Amino acid sequence: MIIGLGHYLAVAAILFTIGVFGIFVNRKNVIIILMCVELILLAVNINFVAFSTHMADLPGNNPMAGQIFALFILTVAAAEAAVGLAILVVYFRNRGNIAVENIDLMKG
Amino acid sequence: MLTVISFYLLAFVAVAAAFMVIAARNPVHSVMYLILTFFSAAGLFILMGAEFLALLLVMVYVGAVAVLFLFVVMMLDVDFVEMKQGFLNNIGFGLLVAGILLLEMIMVGATYVWGDKTTVVVRDTEVSNIEAFGRVLYTDYAGVFEAAGFVLLVAMIGAIVLTLRDRDGVRKQDAMKQMSRTKETGMEMVDIEPGQGIG
Repeated sequence: MIIGLGHYLAVAAILFTIGVFGIFVNRKNVIIILMCVELILLAVNINFVAFSTHMADLPGNNPMAGQIFALFILTVAAAEAAVGLAILVVYFRNRGNIAVENIDLMKG
Repeated sequence: MLTVISFYLLAFVAVAAAFMVIAARNPVHSVMYLILTFFSAAGLFILMGAEFLALLLVMVYVGAVAVLFLFVVMMLDVDFVEMKQGFLNNIGFGLLVAGILLLEMIMVGATYVWGDKTTVVVRDTEVSNIEAFGRVLYTDYAGVFEAAGFVLLVAMIGAIVLTLRDRDGVRKQDAMKQMSRTKETGMEMVDIEPGQGIG
């Protein structure tokens, strides 16, 4: 039995689905929602690396392109986590809770 | 055979830990399960031959992002048990959306599996993964690499600007005020008469 591209894609698909499911289920807790976004980005990264390593021998492919993309996704995910948590801290300082339903009260 | 066992072990741990991220009652446990998920994903990356990204994942996520999450979870004084209340109300809709999404991805993935394209990892033994990475990252993708650095800079400044606040009653050093002092403003020459004191 050989572990091929499909296996990795299946793991990534399940992780992605769990991430989306978590966003819908934990609608009150912003921290869990941020973690679910990280899960979704991880699933995308697994997809990129799987395609990069399994399709490297096809003609005209740059074998490292997918992994370079995954690196940049990692960068953006880290930046997103930092800014998201900073916004969360400021919101908590102003309101005393982090309930998501009330966040739209901040709109002008 | 070892690859197959490792793959199924890592994949199972990753999926189970990811599920526990959203199911755990305590957000601190959620962060711990998130760390476990990223460790397993790093293992999967190593199985695929992307060692550099795997180690990067451990460094960036376990070393930085997870600690950041833990910091915030422990800093905010929130009643997390009360926040779990809506879990059962939303579970139906959540399952519906997740089911549709999974079905769509399985349908797309099935075309790959049926298409007799079971490719195997190609390993170039002469060039290591990190060397291949460096060869293209600083040449073909140099501009994007700079842009990534700029994104990180903007995120850092943004996070600092958002969370920085001026509190009253805190004594701070004002460098500008210190440096703009001159001899005239900072010192007074007093000629004291003998026996009288400065009065």
